[in-house]
Amino acid sequence: MANFFRQLIIFFCAMLLGGFAQAEESIVVSSTTSTEQSGLFGYILPRFEAKTGIKVKVVALGTGQALDTGRRGDADVVFVHDRPAEDKFVAEGWGVDRRDVMYNDFVIVGPKADASKVKGTNDVVEGFRRMAAGSAPFVSRGDKSGTNSAELRFWKDANIDPKAWADYKEAGAGMGPTLNMAAAMGGYTLSDRGTWLSFKNRQDLEIVLAGDKRLFNPYGVMLVNPAKHPHVKKEAGMKFIDWITSRDGQETIAAYKINGEQLFFPSAKN
Amino acid sequence: MLNTLLEAFSLLSRLDSQVVAIVWLSFKVALATVTLATLIGLPFGALVAVASFPGRGAVTVFLNAMMGLPSVVVGVIVYLILSRSGPFGDMGLLYSPTAMVMAQTVLVVPLIAALTRQIVEDAWRTYATEFRSMHFSLRHSVAALLYDCRYSLVVAVLAGAGRSLSEVGAVMIVGGNIEGYTRVMTTAIALETAKGDLPLSLALGMVLLTLVLLLNTGAYHLRLWAMRKYG
Repeated sequence: MANFFRQLIIFFCAMLLGGFAQAEESIVVSSTTSTEQSGLFGYILPRFEAKTGIKVKVVALGTGQALDTGRRGDADVVFVHDRPAEDKFVAEGWGVDRRDVMYNDFVIVGPKADASKVKGTNDVVEGFRRMAAGSAPFVSRGDKSGTNSAELRFWKDANIDPKAWADYKEAGAGMGPTLNMAAAMGGYTLSDRGTWLSFKNRQDLEIVLAGDKRLFNPYGVMLVNPAKHPHVKKEAGMKFIDWITSRDGQETIAAYKINGEQLFFPSAKN
Repeated sequence: MLNTLLEAFSLLSRLDSQVVAIVWLSFKVALATVTLATLIGLPFGALVAVASFPGRGAVTVFLNAMMGLPSVVVGVIVYLILSRSGPFGDMGLLYSPTAMVMAQTVLVVPLIAALTRQIVEDAWRTYATEFRSMHFSLRHSVAALLYDCRYSLVVAVLAGAGRSLSEVGAVMIVGGNIEGYTRVMTTAIALETAKGDLPLSLALGMVLLTLVLLLNTGAYHLRLWAMRKYG
């Protein structure tokens, strides 16, 4: 009996080690929920992996958390969308070789009935003023993500302190859960277009404001500074950055569509 | 609600290879966790039940309290330990199935140990005088009691397996929910819910539930069979 158990344990250990072992080269990319939940990575990564044999492990977090993950050295590459925070990250020496990759735009999503009359304007700041004046709740990401920072910039531009407003709900969650909440509460929220397009549980929600230039949402990619974190896989990480900003990578991004609608627009300078 | 449920069933009928891989990883992580936690938790729990030492009551209370250890807390602690900026950073274990097994082991050991302590202590009351008169050493007593309670202890191990399979907070943080690498059933369910794909998360939830039920059914029958055979 004891012998049987010993064999069983050895078998388990061998199986687990075999099962968990990873032969191929891999990098960790800390990125945002919008790129993961919109399905973009699922579409473009197989092409990169087939070309280079480098497996890309994506950890999807809010932009703030994704940058913190890079700061701690737990990622090789950071791929996010909050330009001021990215510039700070590079200026502090945590990241190097930041490049533009692509952009999409933010949209204000709200109930079809549009009680706050946001549909009547094309000015995003005016839209925010109307939401604050209306009776419907606003669901904020509240998670220091790129979308959250953009939203807070709009409140600032509108000279409104949202925290003083009882119907301002901070979800503290990713874009998807925030949309789920907005749908359930009949409220408004700011979303990136990619996540909105791939989001399925829309219920009564629709886009109520889009197209203002200030809703521009650029994504940048950078390598975690190997001088700060020597274990960073510099070569493999740079291969990824080079590819995603290359013509091939950019065309792959442009080719990703949901229901015929393009989600991200390439913007790398090459 | 009904539509979501119906859609979930139709999704179940065409489980793709990706889902199978996710289920398989969940299973492997749970198996490794339970194996490790059993090897640590059973002897430890039995030792606390049998040995008399100062602070035994405190250890018992502590073990019982740790059964309710929030998994996110364990996740954050293990994350900080395994992070490149943490004490074990140079091992590069963060965002790997190994990290998930480590975090879950921390969660499951107290559960198995606490249940074991209770079960063994009850048996110990019956045998204590007998063992003492036979001059059993502590090691012998622990081994004999564990062997004697083996059928009841299956419950402790099953509880550990259940916790490991259903836990999401810790594996999400230390595993990172990386597709094809650290995505298990619970983190996949969390992701699909986040994407608003409720039918798919429900379908995955049903797979998880079925797996747990099968596991328990298997254990139940194994126990019946063994009791009949070895009486």
